[in-house]
Amino acid sequence: MALLTLSSPHIKGPQKTANMMRWVIVMALPGLLMQTVFFGWGNLHNVLWCGIVAIVCEAAILKLRKRPVAFYLNDYSALVTAILIGLALPPFAPWWVSLIATAFAIIFAKHLYGGMGYNPFNPAMVGYALVLVSFPVAMTTNWAIPSPLLNQPPGILETLSIIWGQTPLPDGYTGATPLDTYKHEIAHSTAATVLASPIFGSGFSLGWEWVNAGFLLGGLVLLGLKVIPWQTPAGVLAGIAIPAFIFGWNADQYTPIMVHLLSGATMLGAFFIATDPVSSSTTKLGRLVYGTGIGVLTYIIRTHGSYPDAIAFAVLLMNFAAPLIDIYTQPRSYGYVNAKRGAKPKDK
Amino acid sequence: MNSALSPTATRKRKLYEFSGGIHPQEMKSVSNQRAIVTAPMPPKLILPLQQHIGSPGKALVEPGQHVLKGQKIAEAQGRISASLHAPTSGTIKGLQDFPVAHPSGMSDLCIELIPDGKDQWCDLTACEHYEHLSPSEIQAKVREAGIAGMGGAGFPTEVKLHPPHNDKVATLILNAAECEPYITADDRLIRERAHEVVGGMEIMAYVLQPGECVIGIEDNKPEAIAALQDAVKNTRIEVVVIPSKYPSGGEKQLVKILTDKEVPSGKIPADIGVMCQNVGTAAAVYRAVRFGEPLISRITTLTGDCVEQKGNVEVLLGTPVDWLLAQYGYHPDRSRRVIAGGPMMGFTLDSTQVPIVKTSNCILAPSETELPLASHTQACIRCSQCADACPAELLPQQLYWFARAQEYDKAEHHNLFDCIECGICSYVCPSSIPLVQYYRHAKGQIKQQRLGQQKSDQARIRFESRQRRLEQEKEQKAAKRKARAEAAAKAQAKKKASETQAQADTGENT
Repeated sequence: MALLTLSSPHIKGPQKTANMMRWVIVMALPGLLMQTVFFGWGNLHNVLWCGIVAIVCEAAILKLRKRPVAFYLNDYSALVTAILIGLALPPFAPWWVSLIATAFAIIFAKHLYGGMGYNPFNPAMVGYALVLVSFPVAMTTNWAIPSPLLNQPPGILETLSIIWGQTPLPDGYTGATPLDTYKHEIAHSTAATVLASPIFGSGFSLGWEWVNAGFLLGGLVLLGLKVIPWQTPAGVLAGIAIPAFIFGWNADQYTPIMVHLLSGATMLGAFFIATDPVSSSTTKLGRLVYGTGIGVLTYIIRTHGSYPDAIAFAVLLMNFAAPLIDIYTQPRSYGYVNAKRGAKPKDK
Repeated sequence: MNSALSPTATRKRKLYEFSGGIHPQEMKSVSNQRAIVTAPMPPKLILPLQQHIGSPGKALVEPGQHVLKGQKIAEAQGRISASLHAPTSGTIKGLQDFPVAHPSGMSDLCIELIPDGKDQWCDLTACEHYEHLSPSEIQAKVREAGIAGMGGAGFPTEVKLHPPHNDKVATLILNAAECEPYITADDRLIRERAHEVVGGMEIMAYVLQPGECVIGIEDNKPEAIAALQDAVKNTRIEVVVIPSKYPSGGEKQLVKILTDKEVPSGKIPADIGVMCQNVGTAAAVYRAVRFGEPLISRITTLTGDCVEQKGNVEVLLGTPVDWLLAQYGYHPDRSRRVIAGGPMMGFTLDSTQVPIVKTSNCILAPSETELPLASHTQACIRCSQCADACPAELLPQQLYWFARAQEYDKAEHHNLFDCIECGICSYVCPSSIPLVQYYRHAKGQIKQQRLGQQKSDQARIRFESRQRRLEQEKEQKAAKRKARAEAAAKAQAKKKASETQAQADTGENT
């Protein structure tokens, strides 16, 4: 009998994992472009360099795990991880910092947990957090001063030679970010004085606002394409905005809301990092809780922690909570009055 | 009821939306352009005794016996069952197992009938005016005609013509949604025989006395809608055009769309005062009551790239699928799959020798370019597109993990048994995971476990009561023995006493 016996359905919709990943990559480009415009060639280099490292690591470990290399590389997930790391690292981060972050993300945070789909933590953020705590100097002092503030911004070759250790990093090229500056300066100053610093520009934070606008634009397109759900970014932004609004009304005391939203990795985190489906919550309500958790934790760490930004730690902490959130945010199914809660029925 | 007399077609009814759903390519125009044709008489008919949900019918014929068209050849057994009638006149060749249309490819007991070519009807009792019959007479006629739900599930129709627990039926729904891609049997039936469909619904309404009568039809069938609207003039039946979205023809979803009510988990629409019937069923009811004709044929869509003359055929029950396809330009060399039903919920046939039955609404023979075989499965990335699209509002990806880990208690807690197996989760899955297959397997395993549990419970109860019985017997024996011993001791004592007495007496005497 030549007939095939197959289980229904016999048609398949157009959705493909690789397409979703491709869209994420493409929609990260506006933000990357803005980074390049305002902070030089560093991030572009990092994205490319991390991409190469990720593909090599992914291929090597797939080979080691005796998995079909091309099949898995074609899902583009390693590339997405690499790009997120490249976008998050400081523009002048030394090459070996990027290498360690990416290799650790792919090998440890992804494949040692079972590979694609099985990692409980966001691999990009695991890699980022590792280098952040291991190399605090390289990570927190190397963010570039916005190019418009430099007399002669470094060109491609100079950037490359700094990153690859051929030239020592000149003093004037890097400095504290607006988030960092505001947090530290406001303790002994007023909002007007702090905001007078050129790094805040005429808007909220010079350059950063455009970078965030770029990621916001890309993120909104992803929302429109239904590649990412709306609940996660909405939660993250609300989680940052609401406490920033409540406490930041007095700009002389805390960082005001617009600096929170349009500086640092806010939009990158909300639309590209927190939305990693594998390590996030899977229910609609759960994603809202998960996103809000990330937002609130980000606000708390930014305001009271010792690191200038906090997306990575907030995401990792909420990754821990995601399975629990899932269990307690089951939707009400058709034909039920109430939603069920918990993993198992309660014992009678 | 006053409104029963006034036509309601112009009133705009409020529609409700069910959660999720998809818009797959409809592929209906390939088969709905041509009028229904009557399939020729096949050389043999294979008639399974079970073509419906419930207990199989009991054969009433012997090998060698000659039967007339419409003569009953199998009797319904029990409450939920359906009779079977000879689709044409001819000779019964035998009664044996044949492969039947079932996902498992199993064989089942069938009556084999060799047509004599005369197509000679038995006597039928027609009835001009159904109002002259009592509801119970109509129920009896429908049961006698062997009608079972023709939308695909095959539930005996007569059972659904009894109001639930003698409650009132609020809404009688005629399901004309036909939301599965490719299938156009209902579409063509309505276009060409709308008066039969509406007539059947009027008869059902006469029996059930519902508060309202609604025909739900998707907006992708304008010709059928026009035909229905024409046919319902001067009746109380309302034709409601609903937006095309799969699976709006799912019973639970259609109830939600039309009434905003949800069928509670584990219940049926009748429990909330709603009765759903299929349009094909309504037409069959009409023919059964009006002309006394039993259900002996149905309209089946033949479609897919491997069939040249795509369209709808009126085909006798029992017609072998391979023979039927051959009449309409079938290319078995190109066809690797033959699907009974639509591409979303239909099942592949193990063999094309199986017969057309009461529930065969479509035979789909796609080429591989038309419906590509599933690509390699990738890992679940928990993207939740399945959950967003699930019409039962479940968490398919969670159910998938539980099914894989065999954590069946958790799967049940996540409402596994409310899954209607519509196939949407698999359709939208970007990782091409055959999710529905996991749920079917998990459901099967759980049912098996429950059965095993039931059996072992019974065995335990049997064993325990046997132990108790033995114990009791032992106790009774011991009690008896004790009683006997006591009696013996008493007798002994008495004897002794009387002996001493006697001795004393003799002593006294001496």
